[in-house]
Amino acid sequence: MLPHIDAVHPAPRRRLSTWQAWGLVLLAPYVVVFAVFVVYPVGYGLWLARHPASYVALADDPVFAGSVVNTLLFLAVAINLKMIVALLLSGFFVNTRTWIKWLSVLFILPWAVPSIPTILSIRFMLNPEWGVINQLIFRLTAEDGPNWLNDRWLALSMAMLVHVWKSLPFWTMIMIAGRLAIPKELYEAAGVDGASRFQQFRFITWPSMQTLYLTSTILSMIWTLGDFNSVYLLTGGGPADLTHILATLGIRYLRLDQVDLAMATIVCAMPLVLPLVYFMMKRLSR
Amino acid sequence: MKKIVTEAKLLLIGIPVAIWTLLPIYNLFIFSISTKNEAFSGKLWPDHPTLRNFEIVFREEHHFLGHFWRQLGNSLVIAIAVGLLTLLVATTAAFAISRLKVRGGRVVLNCALLTYFIPAAFLAVPMYKAMGTYGLLNNQWSLILAMVTIASPYAIWVLKQASDKLPFELDEAARIDGASPLQLFRLVYLPLMAPSLVAVGVYALLLAWNEYLYAFLLLSNERDLTLGVALGLFLSADDSPWELLMTTGLLYALPPAAIYYVFKRYMQSGLTAGAVKA
Repeated sequence: MLPHIDAVHPAPRRRLSTWQAWGLVLLAPYVVVFAVFVVYPVGYGLWLARHPASYVALADDPVFAGSVVNTLLFLAVAINLKMIVALLLSGFFVNTRTWIKWLSVLFILPWAVPSIPTILSIRFMLNPEWGVINQLIFRLTAEDGPNWLNDRWLALSMAMLVHVWKSLPFWTMIMIAGRLAIPKELYEAAGVDGASRFQQFRFITWPSMQTLYLTSTILSMIWTLGDFNSVYLLTGGGPADLTHILATLGIRYLRLDQVDLAMATIVCAMPLVLPLVYFMMKRLSR
Repeated sequence: MKKIVTEAKLLLIGIPVAIWTLLPIYNLFIFSISTKNEAFSGKLWPDHPTLRNFEIVFREEHHFLGHFWRQLGNSLVIAIAVGLLTLLVATTAAFAISRLKVRGGRVVLNCALLTYFIPAAFLAVPMYKAMGTYGLLNNQWSLILAMVTIASPYAIWVLKQASDKLPFELDEAARIDGASPLQLFRLVYLPLMAPSLVAVGVYALLLAWNEYLYAFLLLSNERDLTLGVALGLFLSADDSPWELLMTTGLLYALPPAAIYYVFKRYMQSGLTAGAVKA
Protein backbone atom coordinates (compact mmCIF):
# COMPACT_ATOMS: atom_id res chain seq x y z
CA MET A 1 0.00 0.00 0.00
CA LEU A 2 2.62 2.53 1.03
CA PRO A 3 5.84 1.68 -0.78
CA HIS A 4 7.45 5.09 -0.23
CA ILE A 5 7.45 4.61 3.54
CA ASP A 6 9.20 1.29 3.19
CA ALA A 7 11.79 2.98 1.01
CA VAL A 8 12.55 5.61 3.64
CA HIS A 9 12.69 3.19 6.52
CA PRO A 10 13.77 -0.14 5.10
CA ALA A 11 11.94 -2.42 7.49
CA PRO A 12 13.97 -5.17 9.10
CA ARG A 13 13.14 -8.38 7.31
CA ARG A 14 9.64 -8.89 8.64
CA ARG A 15 8.67 -12.35 9.64
CA LEU A 16 5.16 -13.24 8.62
CA SER A 17 2.91 -11.63 11.20
CA THR A 18 0.08 -13.71 12.62
CA TRP A 19 -2.40 -11.58 10.76
CA GLN A 20 -0.71 -12.11 7.43
CA ALA A 21 -0.38 -15.81 8.11
CA TRP A 22 -4.07 -16.09 8.87
CA GLY A 23 -4.79 -14.09 5.75
CA LEU A 24 -2.96 -16.65 3.66
CA VAL A 25 -4.72 -19.53 5.39
CA LEU A 26 -8.14 -17.99 4.81
CA LEU A 27 -7.33 -17.18 1.20
CA ALA A 28 -6.13 -20.72 0.54
CA PRO A 29 -9.52 -22.42 -0.10
CA TYR A 30 -10.33 -20.16 -3.00
CA VAL A 31 -6.81 -20.33 -4.37
CA VAL A 32 -7.06 -24.13 -4.39
CA VAL A 33 -10.44 -24.02 -6.13
CA PHE A 34 -9.06 -21.58 -8.67
CA ALA A 35 -5.95 -23.65 -9.37
CA VAL A 36 -7.71 -27.00 -9.59
CA PHE A 37 -10.89 -26.02 -11.41
CA VAL A 38 -9.88 -22.99 -13.47
CA VAL A 39 -6.12 -22.89 -14.13
CA TYR A 40 -5.61 -26.57 -14.79
CA PRO A 41 -8.73 -27.07 -16.96
CA VAL A 42 -8.10 -23.92 -18.99
CA GLY A 43 -4.43 -24.78 -19.46
CA TYR A 44 -5.26 -28.33 -20.42
CA GLY A 45 -7.96 -27.08 -22.78
CA LEU A 46 -5.59 -24.69 -24.52
CA TRP A 47 -3.07 -27.52 -24.83
CA LEU A 48 -5.75 -29.61 -26.56
CA ALA A 49 -6.48 -26.73 -28.91
CA ARG A 50 -2.88 -26.43 -30.13
CA HIS A 51 -3.19 -28.46 -33.39
CA PRO A 52 -3.55 -26.34 -36.53
CA ALA A 53 -5.41 -29.30 -38.04
CA SER A 54 -8.35 -28.61 -35.70
CA TYR A 55 -8.78 -25.15 -37.15
CA VAL A 56 -8.62 -26.48 -40.69
CA ALA A 57 -11.31 -28.98 -39.78
CA LEU A 58 -13.43 -26.22 -38.24
CA ALA A 59 -13.07 -24.02 -41.29
CA ASP A 60 -14.23 -26.96 -43.43
CA ASP A 61 -17.30 -27.56 -41.28
CA PRO A 62 -20.17 -25.48 -42.68
CA VAL A 63 -21.87 -25.62 -39.26
CA PHE A 64 -18.99 -23.60 -37.81
CA ALA A 65 -19.31 -20.71 -40.25
CA GLY A 66 -23.05 -20.69 -39.70
CA SER A 67 -22.70 -20.57 -35.95
CA VAL A 68 -20.22 -17.68 -36.11
CA VAL A 69 -22.82 -15.71 -38.06
CA ASN A 70 -25.55 -16.76 -35.62
CA THR A 71 -23.44 -15.76 -32.62
CA LEU A 72 -22.69 -12.32 -34.04
CA LEU A 73 -26.36 -11.80 -34.87
CA PHE A 74 -27.32 -12.93 -31.39
CA LEU A 75 -24.97 -10.41 -29.82
CA ALA A 76 -25.90 -7.56 -32.13
CA VAL A 77 -29.67 -8.00 -32.12
CA ALA A 78 -30.74 -9.79 -28.95
CA ILE A 79 -28.56 -7.84 -26.55
CA ASN A 80 -29.24 -4.39 -27.90
CA LEU A 81 -32.94 -5.12 -28.06
CA LYS A 82 -32.89 -6.40 -24.50
CA MET A 83 -30.88 -3.51 -23.07
CA ILE A 84 -32.97 -0.83 -24.78
CA VAL A 85 -36.19 -2.44 -23.56
CA ALA A 86 -34.71 -2.81 -20.07
CA LEU A 87 -33.73 0.86 -20.03
CA LEU A 88 -37.18 1.98 -21.12
CA LEU A 89 -39.08 -0.48 -18.92
CA SER A 90 -37.14 0.67 -15.88
CA GLY A 91 -38.78 4.05 -16.45
CA PHE A 92 -42.14 2.33 -16.25
CA PHE A 93 -41.32 0.40 -13.08
CA VAL A 94 -40.14 3.42 -11.11
CA ASN A 95 -43.71 4.75 -11.15
CA THR A 96 -45.14 4.35 -7.67
CA ARG A 97 -48.41 2.43 -7.96
CA THR A 98 -49.49 -0.58 -6.00
CA TRP A 99 -50.28 -2.60 -9.12
CA ILE A 100 -46.91 -1.77 -10.66
CA LYS A 101 -45.24 -3.00 -7.50
CA TRP A 102 -47.12 -6.30 -7.84
CA LEU A 103 -46.30 -6.50 -11.51
CA SER A 104 -42.62 -6.02 -10.75
CA VAL A 105 -42.84 -8.95 -8.34
CA LEU A 106 -44.23 -11.19 -11.10
CA PHE A 107 -41.93 -9.69 -13.71
CA ILE A 108 -38.87 -11.18 -12.01
CA LEU A 109 -40.15 -14.76 -12.39
CA PRO A 110 -38.52 -15.66 -15.72
CA TRP A 111 -35.16 -14.85 -14.21
CA ALA A 112 -35.77 -16.55 -10.86
CA VAL A 113 -37.01 -19.91 -12.15
CA PRO A 114 -34.82 -22.48 -13.92
CA SER A 115 -34.53 -22.27 -17.71
CA ILE A 116 -35.51 -25.77 -18.61
CA PRO A 117 -39.22 -25.89 -17.68
CA THR A 118 -40.01 -22.47 -19.07
CA ILE A 119 -38.03 -22.89 -22.28
CA LEU A 120 -39.67 -26.28 -22.88
CA SER A 121 -43.01 -24.60 -22.27
CA ILE A 122 -42.18 -21.99 -24.90
CA ARG A 123 -41.03 -24.76 -27.20
CA PHE A 124 -44.42 -26.39 -26.95
CA MET A 125 -46.21 -23.07 -27.40
CA LEU A 126 -44.39 -22.80 -30.72
CA ASN A 127 -45.38 -26.29 -31.84
CA PRO A 128 -46.90 -25.83 -35.31
CA GLU A 129 -49.89 -28.11 -34.71
CA TRP A 130 -50.68 -28.10 -31.00
CA GLY A 131 -48.95 -25.00 -29.71
CA VAL A 132 -51.18 -22.29 -28.35
CA ILE A 133 -49.69 -19.65 -30.66
CA ASN A 134 -50.55 -21.37 -33.91
CA GLN A 135 -53.95 -22.41 -32.59
CA LEU A 136 -54.68 -18.76 -31.86
CA ILE A 137 -53.45 -17.76 -35.31
CA PHE A 138 -55.71 -20.39 -36.85
CA ARG A 139 -58.73 -19.23 -34.87
CA LEU A 140 -58.16 -15.59 -35.73
CA THR A 141 -57.16 -15.88 -39.38
CA ALA A 142 -58.27 -19.40 -40.37
CA GLU A 143 -54.79 -19.93 -41.75
CA ASP A 144 -51.97 -22.13 -40.53
CA GLY A 145 -49.27 -20.32 -38.61
CA PRO A 146 -45.61 -20.71 -39.54
CA ASN A 147 -43.54 -23.71 -38.51
CA TRP A 148 -41.62 -21.61 -36.02
CA LEU A 149 -38.69 -23.86 -35.25
CA ASN A 150 -38.21 -25.37 -38.69
CA ASP A 151 -36.75 -22.37 -40.44
CA ARG A 152 -33.26 -21.13 -39.64
CA TRP A 153 -33.99 -17.43 -39.25
CA LEU A 154 -37.35 -17.89 -37.60
CA ALA A 155 -35.92 -20.41 -35.14
CA LEU A 156 -32.93 -18.20 -34.38
CA SER A 157 -35.23 -15.23 -33.80
CA MET A 158 -37.28 -17.34 -31.39
CA ALA A 159 -34.11 -18.34 -29.53
CA MET A 160 -33.26 -14.65 -29.24
CA LEU A 161 -36.71 -13.92 -27.88
CA VAL A 162 -36.28 -16.71 -25.33
CA HIS A 163 -33.00 -15.14 -24.30
CA VAL A 164 -34.66 -11.75 -23.94
CA TRP A 165 -37.57 -13.26 -22.02
CA LYS A 166 -35.22 -14.96 -19.61
CA SER A 167 -32.74 -12.18 -18.87
CA LEU A 168 -34.78 -9.00 -19.36
CA PRO A 169 -35.95 -8.98 -15.71
CA PHE A 170 -32.40 -9.02 -14.38
CA TRP A 171 -31.22 -6.12 -16.52
CA THR A 172 -34.39 -4.17 -15.89
CA MET A 173 -33.71 -4.56 -12.17
CA ILE A 174 -30.21 -3.17 -12.69
CA MET A 175 -31.57 -0.24 -14.69
CA ILE A 176 -34.21 0.45 -12.03
CA ALA A 177 -31.48 0.61 -9.40
CA GLY A 178 -29.58 2.99 -11.67
CA ARG A 179 -32.61 5.25 -12.09
CA LEU A 180 -33.35 5.29 -8.38
CA ALA A 181 -29.81 6.53 -7.76
CA ILE A 182 -30.49 9.73 -9.72
CA PRO A 183 -31.36 12.60 -7.33
CA LYS A 184 -35.06 13.51 -7.51
CA GLU A 185 -34.23 17.22 -7.31
CA LEU A 186 -32.87 17.14 -10.85
CA TYR A 187 -36.27 16.11 -12.23
CA GLU A 188 -38.09 18.60 -10.02
CA ALA A 189 -35.87 21.42 -11.23
CA ALA A 190 -36.33 20.31 -14.84
CA GLY A 191 -40.09 20.16 -14.31
CA VAL A 192 -40.06 23.74 -13.00
CA ASP A 193 -38.11 24.81 -16.05
CA GLY A 194 -40.76 23.20 -18.25
CA ALA A 195 -38.62 20.38 -19.68
CA SER A 196 -40.58 17.73 -21.59
CA ARG A 197 -40.42 14.02 -20.71
CA PHE A 198 -38.08 13.44 -23.60
CA GLN A 199 -35.83 16.31 -22.57
CA GLN A 200 -35.72 14.95 -19.03
CA PHE A 201 -34.63 11.60 -20.39
CA ARG A 202 -32.15 13.12 -22.79
CA PHE A 203 -30.51 15.54 -20.37
CA ILE A 204 -30.91 13.90 -16.95
CA THR A 205 -31.60 10.16 -17.15
CA TRP A 206 -29.32 9.22 -20.03
CA PRO A 207 -26.21 11.14 -18.87
CA SER A 208 -26.50 9.55 -15.41
CA MET A 209 -27.12 6.09 -16.78
CA GLN A 210 -24.84 5.81 -19.79
CA THR A 211 -21.88 4.31 -17.95
CA LEU A 212 -24.12 1.74 -16.30
CA TYR A 213 -25.79 1.04 -19.63
CA LEU A 214 -22.49 0.48 -21.41
CA THR A 215 -21.08 -1.72 -18.64
CA SER A 216 -24.28 -3.76 -18.56
CA THR A 217 -24.23 -4.22 -22.31
CA ILE A 218 -20.63 -5.46 -22.28
CA LEU A 219 -21.29 -7.78 -19.36
CA SER A 220 -24.42 -9.11 -21.01
CA MET A 221 -22.44 -9.79 -24.19
CA ILE A 222 -19.91 -11.88 -22.28
CA TRP A 223 -22.62 -13.89 -20.55
CA THR A 224 -24.66 -14.29 -23.70
CA LEU A 225 -21.68 -15.88 -25.44
CA GLY A 226 -22.04 -18.58 -22.79
CA ASP A 227 -25.82 -18.82 -23.09
CA PHE A 228 -26.23 -22.45 -23.99
CA ASN A 229 -29.79 -22.95 -22.79
CA SER A 230 -31.73 -20.48 -24.96
CA VAL A 231 -30.62 -22.16 -28.16
CA TYR A 232 -30.08 -25.74 -27.06
CA LEU A 233 -33.31 -26.22 -25.17
CA LEU A 234 -35.43 -24.48 -27.79
CA THR A 235 -34.04 -25.72 -31.09
CA GLY A 236 -31.30 -28.19 -30.13
CA GLY A 237 -29.25 -26.45 -32.82
CA GLY A 238 -31.70 -27.56 -35.47
CA PRO A 239 -33.12 -27.54 -38.06
CA ALA A 240 -30.12 -29.33 -39.61
CA ASP A 241 -27.61 -27.69 -37.24
CA LEU A 242 -28.42 -24.28 -38.70
CA THR A 243 -29.14 -22.43 -35.44
CA HIS A 244 -26.03 -23.34 -33.46
CA ILE A 245 -24.12 -20.59 -31.73
CA LEU A 246 -20.50 -21.05 -30.65
CA ALA A 247 -21.52 -22.13 -27.14
CA THR A 248 -23.79 -24.94 -28.35
CA LEU A 249 -21.37 -25.91 -31.11
CA GLY A 250 -18.55 -26.40 -28.61
CA ILE A 251 -20.75 -28.66 -26.51
CA ARG A 252 -21.90 -30.50 -29.64
CA TYR A 253 -18.30 -31.36 -30.54
CA LEU A 254 -17.69 -32.39 -26.95
CA ARG A 255 -20.66 -34.75 -27.05
CA LEU A 256 -19.36 -36.17 -30.34
CA ASP A 257 -16.10 -36.88 -28.51
CA GLN A 258 -14.19 -34.33 -30.62
CA VAL A 259 -12.68 -32.39 -27.74
CA ASP A 260 -9.96 -30.86 -29.91
CA LEU A 261 -12.61 -29.30 -32.12
CA ALA A 262 -14.65 -28.19 -29.09
CA MET A 263 -11.65 -26.36 -27.65
CA ALA A 264 -10.71 -24.94 -31.05
CA THR A 265 -14.24 -23.53 -31.34
CA ILE A 266 -13.83 -21.82 -28.00
CA VAL A 267 -10.43 -20.46 -28.95
CA CYS A 268 -12.03 -19.03 -32.09
CA ALA A 269 -14.45 -17.11 -29.87
CA MET A 270 -11.58 -15.48 -27.95
CA PRO A 271 -11.13 -12.51 -30.31
CA LEU A 272 -14.72 -11.72 -29.34
CA VAL A 273 -14.40 -12.45 -25.63
CA LEU A 274 -11.01 -11.01 -24.73
CA PRO A 275 -11.64 -7.35 -25.62
CA LEU A 276 -14.89 -7.45 -23.67
CA VAL A 277 -13.17 -9.05 -20.68
CA TYR A 278 -10.34 -6.52 -20.90
CA PHE A 279 -12.88 -3.72 -20.82
CA MET A 280 -14.66 -5.18 -17.80
CA MET A 281 -11.44 -5.84 -15.91
CA LYS A 282 -10.31 -2.24 -16.43
CA ARG A 283 -13.65 -1.08 -15.17
CA LEU A 284 -13.98 -3.25 -12.09
CA SER A 285 -10.48 -3.88 -10.81
CA ARG A 286 -9.37 -0.63 -9.34
CA MET B 1 -58.34 14.15 -17.13
CA LYS B 2 -54.56 14.32 -17.38
CA LYS B 3 -54.41 11.79 -14.57
CA ILE B 4 -56.59 9.30 -16.44
CA VAL B 5 -54.43 9.61 -19.54
CA THR B 6 -51.33 8.89 -17.49
CA GLU B 7 -52.93 5.83 -15.89
CA ALA B 8 -54.10 4.58 -19.29
CA LYS B 9 -50.60 4.96 -20.69
CA LEU B 10 -49.16 3.00 -17.79
CA LEU B 11 -51.73 0.24 -18.30
CA LEU B 12 -50.91 0.19 -21.99
CA ILE B 13 -47.36 -0.77 -21.04
CA GLY B 14 -48.21 -2.88 -18.02
CA ILE B 15 -50.66 -5.28 -19.65
CA PRO B 16 -48.38 -6.40 -22.51
CA VAL B 17 -45.51 -6.73 -20.03
CA ALA B 18 -47.65 -8.96 -17.82
CA ILE B 19 -48.76 -11.15 -20.73
CA TRP B 20 -45.24 -11.44 -22.12
CA THR B 21 -43.85 -12.41 -18.73
CA LEU B 22 -46.52 -14.83 -17.64
CA LEU B 23 -47.57 -16.57 -20.85
CA PRO B 24 -44.91 -19.34 -20.81
CA ILE B 25 -45.41 -19.87 -17.08
CA TYR B 26 -49.18 -19.91 -17.49
CA ASN B 27 -48.82 -22.46 -20.28
CA LEU B 28 -46.73 -24.59 -17.94
CA PHE B 29 -49.40 -24.37 -15.28
CA ILE B 30 -52.28 -25.16 -17.66
CA PHE B 31 -50.51 -28.28 -18.89
CA SER B 32 -50.03 -29.49 -15.35
CA ILE B 33 -53.77 -29.43 -14.61
CA SER B 34 -54.94 -30.80 -17.97
CA THR B 35 -55.29 -34.26 -19.41
CA LYS B 36 -53.12 -34.90 -22.43
CA ASN B 37 -55.98 -34.32 -24.88
CA GLU B 38 -57.01 -31.07 -23.32
CA ALA B 39 -53.44 -29.86 -23.05
CA PHE B 40 -53.00 -30.33 -26.78
CA SER B 41 -56.23 -28.54 -27.65
CA GLY B 42 -54.82 -25.08 -27.00
CA LYS B 43 -57.61 -24.02 -24.64
CA LEU B 44 -56.94 -21.10 -22.32
CA TRP B 45 -58.50 -23.01 -19.43
CA PRO B 46 -59.21 -26.76 -19.37
CA ASP B 47 -62.84 -27.91 -19.21
CA HIS B 48 -62.00 -30.50 -16.58
CA PRO B 49 -59.03 -29.39 -14.52
CA THR B 50 -57.41 -32.33 -12.78
CA LEU B 51 -54.63 -33.04 -10.33
CA ARG B 52 -54.03 -36.45 -11.84
CA ASN B 53 -50.68 -35.35 -13.35
CA PHE B 54 -49.34 -34.45 -9.93
CA GLU B 55 -50.48 -37.80 -8.60
CA ILE B 56 -48.63 -39.61 -11.39
CA VAL B 57 -45.49 -37.58 -10.71
CA PHE B 58 -45.61 -38.03 -6.94
CA ARG B 59 -46.20 -41.78 -7.26
CA GLU B 60 -43.51 -42.12 -9.96
CA GLU B 61 -46.03 -43.90 -12.18
CA HIS B 62 -44.33 -43.20 -15.51
CA HIS B 63 -41.04 -44.68 -16.61
CA PHE B 64 -39.57 -41.21 -17.15
CA LEU B 65 -40.37 -40.45 -13.53
CA GLY B 66 -38.97 -43.60 -11.95
CA HIS B 67 -36.57 -41.60 -9.80
CA PHE B 68 -38.54 -38.40 -9.28
CA TRP B 69 -38.11 -38.15 -5.51
CA ARG B 70 -34.50 -39.17 -5.64
CA GLN B 71 -33.72 -36.64 -8.37
CA LEU B 72 -35.54 -33.92 -6.46
CA GLY B 73 -33.41 -34.84 -3.45
CA ASN B 74 -30.26 -34.73 -5.59
CA SER B 75 -31.11 -31.22 -6.74
CA LEU B 76 -31.69 -30.16 -3.16
CA VAL B 77 -28.54 -31.71 -1.71
CA ILE B 78 -26.36 -30.34 -4.50
CA ALA B 79 -27.86 -26.85 -4.23
CA ILE B 80 -27.38 -26.72 -0.47
CA ALA B 81 -23.83 -28.07 -0.70
CA VAL B 82 -22.96 -25.46 -3.33
CA GLY B 83 -24.50 -22.69 -1.24
CA LEU B 84 -22.57 -23.67 1.89
CA LEU B 85 -19.24 -24.35 0.18
CA THR B 86 -19.43 -21.12 -1.80
CA LEU B 87 -20.12 -19.22 1.39
CA LEU B 88 -17.15 -20.84 3.09
CA VAL B 89 -14.73 -20.21 0.24
CA ALA B 90 -15.95 -16.71 -0.56
CA THR B 91 -16.34 -15.39 2.98
CA THR B 92 -12.86 -16.40 4.06
CA ALA B 93 -11.33 -15.06 0.85
CA ALA B 94 -13.19 -11.75 1.08
CA PHE B 95 -12.18 -11.39 4.75
CA ALA B 96 -8.53 -12.07 3.97
CA ILE B 97 -8.51 -9.64 1.06
CA SER B 98 -10.60 -6.85 2.48
CA ARG B 99 -9.88 -6.89 6.23
CA LEU B 100 -6.54 -8.62 6.67
CA LYS B 101 -5.14 -6.99 3.52
CA VAL B 102 -3.22 -10.14 2.83
CA ARG B 103 -0.35 -9.78 0.38
CA GLY B 104 -1.39 -11.08 -3.02
CA GLY B 105 -5.05 -10.46 -2.21
CA ARG B 106 -5.38 -8.03 -5.07
CA VAL B 107 -4.05 -10.63 -7.51
CA VAL B 108 -6.43 -13.28 -6.23
CA LEU B 109 -9.35 -10.87 -6.52
CA ASN B 110 -8.42 -10.15 -10.12
CA CYS B 111 -8.16 -13.88 -10.84
CA ALA B 112 -11.65 -14.32 -9.41
CA LEU B 113 -12.98 -11.46 -11.53
CA LEU B 114 -11.36 -12.95 -14.61
CA THR B 115 -13.06 -16.28 -13.90
CA TYR B 116 -16.36 -14.45 -13.52
CA PHE B 117 -15.91 -13.21 -17.08
CA ILE B 118 -15.36 -16.60 -18.70
CA PRO B 119 -18.63 -17.51 -20.42
CA ALA B 120 -20.00 -20.53 -18.55
CA ALA B 121 -20.56 -22.69 -21.62
CA PHE B 122 -16.95 -22.13 -22.68
CA LEU B 123 -15.52 -23.19 -19.34
CA ALA B 124 -17.72 -26.28 -19.44
CA VAL B 125 -15.63 -28.04 -22.08
CA PRO B 126 -12.24 -27.94 -20.31
CA MET B 127 -14.00 -28.45 -16.98
CA TYR B 128 -15.51 -31.67 -18.31
CA LYS B 129 -12.10 -32.91 -19.44
CA ALA B 130 -10.48 -31.95 -16.14
CA MET B 131 -13.18 -33.74 -14.15
CA GLY B 132 -12.40 -36.78 -16.26
CA THR B 133 -8.73 -36.49 -15.31
CA TYR B 134 -9.65 -36.20 -11.64
CA GLY B 135 -11.87 -39.28 -11.93
CA LEU B 136 -14.90 -37.33 -10.76
CA LEU B 137 -17.19 -37.77 -13.78
CA ASN B 138 -20.59 -39.21 -12.89
CA ASN B 139 -19.90 -38.25 -9.30
CA GLN B 140 -22.07 -35.54 -7.76
CA TRP B 141 -18.98 -33.92 -6.29
CA SER B 142 -17.94 -32.92 -9.79
CA LEU B 143 -21.11 -30.86 -10.18
CA ILE B 144 -20.85 -29.40 -6.69
CA LEU B 145 -17.24 -28.34 -7.18
CA ALA B 146 -17.88 -27.00 -10.67
CA MET B 147 -20.76 -24.87 -9.39
CA VAL B 148 -18.69 -23.60 -6.46
CA THR B 149 -16.04 -22.58 -8.99
CA ILE B 150 -18.61 -20.68 -11.00
CA ALA B 151 -20.43 -19.11 -8.06
CA SER B 152 -17.51 -18.05 -5.88
CA PRO B 153 -15.94 -15.29 -8.04
CA TYR B 154 -19.08 -13.20 -7.94
CA ALA B 155 -19.61 -14.10 -4.30
CA ILE B 156 -16.11 -12.94 -3.40
CA TRP B 157 -16.55 -9.74 -5.32
CA VAL B 158 -19.87 -8.83 -3.72
CA LEU B 159 -18.61 -9.72 -0.24
CA LYS B 160 -15.42 -7.76 -0.74
CA GLN B 161 -17.40 -4.67 -1.77
CA ALA B 162 -19.66 -5.00 1.26
CA SER B 163 -16.74 -5.71 3.56
CA ASP B 164 -14.83 -2.61 2.44
CA LYS B 165 -17.71 -0.51 3.70
CA LEU B 166 -17.34 -1.67 7.31
CA PRO B 167 -15.36 0.87 9.34
CA PHE B 168 -11.74 -0.11 9.89
CA GLU B 169 -11.83 1.34 13.40
CA LEU B 170 -13.62 -1.88 14.36
CA ASP B 171 -10.61 -3.95 13.37
CA GLU B 172 -8.21 -1.62 15.12
CA ALA B 173 -10.27 -1.67 18.30
CA ALA B 174 -10.39 -5.45 18.17
CA ARG B 175 -6.63 -5.65 17.64
CA ILE B 176 -5.93 -3.32 20.54
CA ASP B 177 -8.16 -5.46 22.72
CA GLY B 178 -5.95 -8.35 21.72
CA ALA B 179 -8.40 -10.18 19.48
CA SER B 180 -6.97 -12.81 17.17
CA PRO B 181 -7.82 -12.72 13.46
CA LEU B 182 -10.22 -15.61 13.94
CA GLN B 183 -12.02 -13.82 16.78
CA LEU B 184 -12.33 -10.74 14.61
CA PHE B 185 -13.73 -12.92 11.83
CA ARG B 186 -16.21 -14.74 14.02
CA LEU B 187 -17.31 -12.02 16.45
CA VAL B 188 -17.16 -8.86 14.36
CA TYR B 189 -17.03 -9.66 10.68
CA LEU B 190 -19.60 -12.45 10.32
CA PRO B 191 -22.42 -10.74 12.30
CA LEU B 192 -21.95 -7.44 10.46
CA MET B 193 -21.85 -9.14 7.08
CA ALA B 194 -24.92 -11.30 7.69
CA PRO B 195 -27.21 -9.65 5.08
CA SER B 196 -24.61 -9.98 2.34
CA LEU B 197 -23.88 -13.55 3.39
CA VAL B 198 -27.55 -14.42 3.00
CA ALA B 199 -27.62 -12.83 -0.45
CA VAL B 200 -24.52 -14.69 -1.58
CA GLY B 201 -25.57 -18.04 -0.13
CA VAL B 202 -28.98 -17.84 -1.77
CA TYR B 203 -27.39 -16.73 -5.04
CA ALA B 204 -25.12 -19.79 -5.11
CA LEU B 205 -27.94 -22.10 -4.06
CA LEU B 206 -30.25 -20.87 -6.82
CA LEU B 207 -27.46 -20.97 -9.39
CA ALA B 208 -26.83 -24.63 -8.58
CA TRP B 209 -30.50 -25.60 -8.44
CA ASN B 210 -31.21 -23.94 -11.79
CA GLU B 211 -28.10 -25.18 -13.60
CA TYR B 212 -28.67 -27.35 -16.63
CA LEU B 213 -25.53 -27.51 -18.78
CA TYR B 214 -22.97 -28.60 -16.19
CA ALA B 215 -25.34 -31.09 -14.61
CA PHE B 216 -26.13 -32.51 -18.04
CA LEU B 217 -22.44 -32.91 -18.91
CA LEU B 218 -21.06 -34.13 -15.60
CA LEU B 219 -23.73 -36.59 -14.46
CA SER B 220 -25.12 -39.46 -16.45
CA ASN B 221 -26.29 -42.16 -14.08
CA GLU B 222 -30.07 -41.80 -13.89
CA ARG B 223 -30.08 -42.12 -10.10
CA ASP B 224 -27.54 -39.30 -9.70
CA LEU B 225 -29.22 -36.79 -12.01
CA THR B 226 -30.68 -33.51 -10.89
CA LEU B 227 -34.32 -32.92 -11.72
CA GLY B 228 -33.39 -30.40 -14.43
CA VAL B 229 -31.38 -32.94 -16.40
CA ALA B 230 -34.07 -35.55 -15.88
CA LEU B 231 -36.52 -33.13 -17.53
CA GLY B 232 -34.22 -32.93 -20.52
CA LEU B 233 -34.41 -36.71 -20.86
CA PHE B 234 -38.15 -36.50 -21.53
CA LEU B 235 -37.33 -34.94 -24.85
CA SER B 236 -35.44 -37.94 -26.13
CA ALA B 237 -38.70 -39.82 -26.65
CA ASP B 238 -40.70 -39.38 -29.85
CA ASP B 239 -43.98 -39.38 -28.01
CA SER B 240 -43.02 -37.32 -24.97
CA PRO B 241 -45.60 -37.14 -22.18
CA TRP B 242 -45.66 -33.35 -22.33
CA GLU B 243 -48.27 -32.92 -19.63
CA LEU B 244 -46.08 -34.85 -17.17
CA LEU B 245 -42.98 -33.02 -18.34
CA MET B 246 -44.68 -29.69 -17.64
CA THR B 247 -45.99 -30.88 -14.27
CA THR B 248 -42.53 -31.96 -13.19
CA GLY B 249 -41.13 -28.72 -14.60
CA LEU B 250 -43.58 -26.69 -12.56
CA LEU B 251 -42.63 -28.57 -9.40
CA TYR B 252 -38.97 -27.99 -10.23
CA ALA B 253 -39.53 -24.26 -10.78
CA LEU B 254 -41.49 -23.61 -7.60
CA PRO B 255 -38.75 -23.92 -4.92
CA PRO B 256 -36.35 -21.40 -6.48
CA ALA B 257 -39.19 -18.93 -7.06
CA ALA B 258 -40.29 -19.31 -3.43
CA ILE B 259 -36.75 -18.95 -2.12
CA TYR B 260 -36.21 -15.91 -4.27
CA TYR B 261 -39.31 -14.21 -2.91
CA VAL B 262 -38.48 -15.05 0.70
CA PHE B 263 -35.00 -13.54 0.37
CA LYS B 264 -35.91 -10.90 -2.20
CA ARG B 265 -34.88 -7.98 0.01
CA TYR B 266 -31.38 -9.36 0.56
CA MET B 267 -31.00 -10.51 -3.02
CA GLN B 268 -31.88 -7.23 -4.65
CA SER B 269 -29.74 -5.00 -2.50
CA GLY B 270 -26.85 -7.44 -2.50
CA LEU B 271 -26.89 -8.28 -6.17
CA THR B 272 -27.67 -4.94 -7.72
CA ALA B 273 -25.34 -2.96 -5.46
CA GLY B 274 -22.25 -4.34 -7.18
CA ALA B 275 -23.53 -3.76 -10.67
CA VAL B 276 -24.66 -0.19 -10.08
CA LYS B 277 -21.39 0.72 -8.50
CA ALA B 278 -19.59 -0.56 -11.56
